[in-house]
Amino acid sequence: MAGLGQRSDKGERPQGAAACRIGIENRVLRIEATGDWSIVHLDPVDRELRAVTSGEIEADRAVIDFSGISRFDTASATVLERTAFFLGERGLKVDLTGVNDAQQLLLDKIDSCGIPEPVRVPGPPLYIEILGKIGETTRAIGAEARGMLGFIGGVMSAIWRTILHPGRFRMVPFVHHMEKSGFDALPLVCLLTFLIGAVVAQQGAVQLRTFGAEVFTVNLIAIIFLREVGLLLTAIIVAGRSGSAFTAEIGSMKMREEIDAMRTLGLDPMDMLVVPRVAALMITLPLLTFIADIMGLIGGGLVVQVMLGMSPAVYIERVAAAVDFWTIAVGLIKAPFMAAVIALVGCRAGLSVTGSAESVGSMTTSSVVRSIFLVIVLDALFAMFFTAVGV
Amino acid sequence: MAKKGEPIIEVEGIDTRFGDHVIHENLDLTVKRGEVIGIVGGSGTGKSVLLRTILGLKKPDAGRVRVFGIDFTTLPEEERRKNEQRWGVLFQDGALFSALTVAENIQVPYREHLHLSQQLMDELAAIKIAMVGLRDTAGALYPSELSGGMRKRAGLARALALDPEILFLDEPTAGLDPIGAAAFDELINDLKETLGLTVFLVTHDLDSLHATCDRIAVLAEKHVILVGTIDDMLRSSHPWIHEYFHGPRARAALAGK
Repeated sequence: MAGLGQRSDKGERPQGAAACRIGIENRVLRIEATGDWSIVHLDPVDRELRAVTSGEIEADRAVIDFSGISRFDTASATVLERTAFFLGERGLKVDLTGVNDAQQLLLDKIDSCGIPEPVRVPGPPLYIEILGKIGETTRAIGAEARGMLGFIGGVMSAIWRTILHPGRFRMVPFVHHMEKSGFDALPLVCLLTFLIGAVVAQQGAVQLRTFGAEVFTVNLIAIIFLREVGLLLTAIIVAGRSGSAFTAEIGSMKMREEIDAMRTLGLDPMDMLVVPRVAALMITLPLLTFIADIMGLIGGGLVVQVMLGMSPAVYIERVAAAVDFWTIAVGLIKAPFMAAVIALVGCRAGLSVTGSAESVGSMTTSSVVRSIFLVIVLDALFAMFFTAVGV
Repeated sequence: MAKKGEPIIEVEGIDTRFGDHVIHENLDLTVKRGEVIGIVGGSGTGKSVLLRTILGLKKPDAGRVRVFGIDFTTLPEEERRKNEQRWGVLFQDGALFSALTVAENIQVPYREHLHLSQQLMDELAAIKIAMVGLRDTAGALYPSELSGGMRKRAGLARALALDPEILFLDEPTAGLDPIGAAAFDELINDLKETLGLTVFLVTHDLDSLHATCDRIAVLAEKHVILVGTIDDMLRSSHPWIHEYFHGPRARAALAGK
């Protein structure tokens, strides 16, 4: 044993901090604990005692002397009780001396709790974990797709019931959600599409000028905005604003058991919560898209006027020449579908919230991510479709 | 070390207002070291607000709070943090950190304030878990996997992590079944006995009051109207106290003694 009969106290310890003098005499291991044994000073002596109990001991008896301890708490009781226990395990007869009543009470308490055996379950090897993750995710995607399909079916049948019995339709929430996700989104949508329109026009003008074709900037803006960007931007903004709001609203209702309360009162959450939101978004997103298209054209027109010196009248004329009915229609036809995707994903995520508040947060995040992803996928599918039908 | 019976929490002339709504007016309360004091009062009388005021989570509009003889508002940041380690708080639903397991929750104060080996922290967490009467497998669970009663016990284990001098409990037995509540009362008595704790107990539970409290403080009419033992409460002629301690539920709780 190292440090026989030496004070194991090292110089850097504060005065009066926990210390223990460890020594062996006549095959008796003596551990004299002194000083402030509160948890603050415990780490060094804990390491020393751990070294003693795991090292070689040439003794048959052990004496742990408590009389020099000035402060004592559950942590120090744990350490000393554990030391005594392990010495006992090694076949030593252990005596505790100089223990006062308060210390005895604590020691008994720790003893009754059992010697802690911190179990750290070793995880599986990394490659298994990676494989497991892949499998789990794949299965989750499958389950999610199935669940979503079922949910869409549920909403469809709820909508069908509403068509058969128009009295079931909830007018007030419908209007409320139109205002919240449509009207209230106007400033943001207008500003962003205006700016993007200006940026596209500016970049386009610079690039096309190298070919001497800067007049075609107008075609660029008009077609890109009316067919794609106006809708995509609006859909992404709405997914971020309203899709997340749907999840958070319905999710917190689910968490507070309001959805269950609805069911027990004979109300269908589909009718009450989902159908009005889906319907509201399917009406407002095309409208927002139309306004976004106009704002994008205005932004582009401003840049064109400044950079190319084209008057507004000429700009409008050239826009009219560049687009036909289908350019606008392609953009607007897509809008209700995207709205349905955003609203369905948002509502479903809200309804799949489990009891805890953190699941509302994680569901909101995943609903936004999912709806933006699906909006872009849907847009790609539509692009293929419209190419195929030749518009 | 400070002696038993000297004041450990002193609340002097506290005013608390939320807008026009006055919660406390000139409220005084002294808690002595080593006692279990129960705070009772009707709903909305500001029991939890008083607790938050003492803890410094809410600033009173007037008056002074001293804990351990120290006015925390005058302390520099460093000193205040050091002294805040001398108390433990169990919030109503445990307030466990949801991203951490029970054992990691208990180890948070060790990790933040002390330098201990992981092995020792694991052992201490295991002891605390056993002390509050949870099974040792509970350490690896996340708060969302625990029942309400287990969450409270785990919260208590975290509150006890640094062997505090004062333990603040906010309705610890609310929402527990009678067996769980009785076990919790016993646990508090046991911990007070072994750790020499001062316990500040906000409760509605008459059985808890009987089982654990040395003294009871009654909050009504915006201040503490009476502080005393359960016998003082039973003798009081104040209508609210009389109704509280002589109502049908109170009689049932008393009859059980």
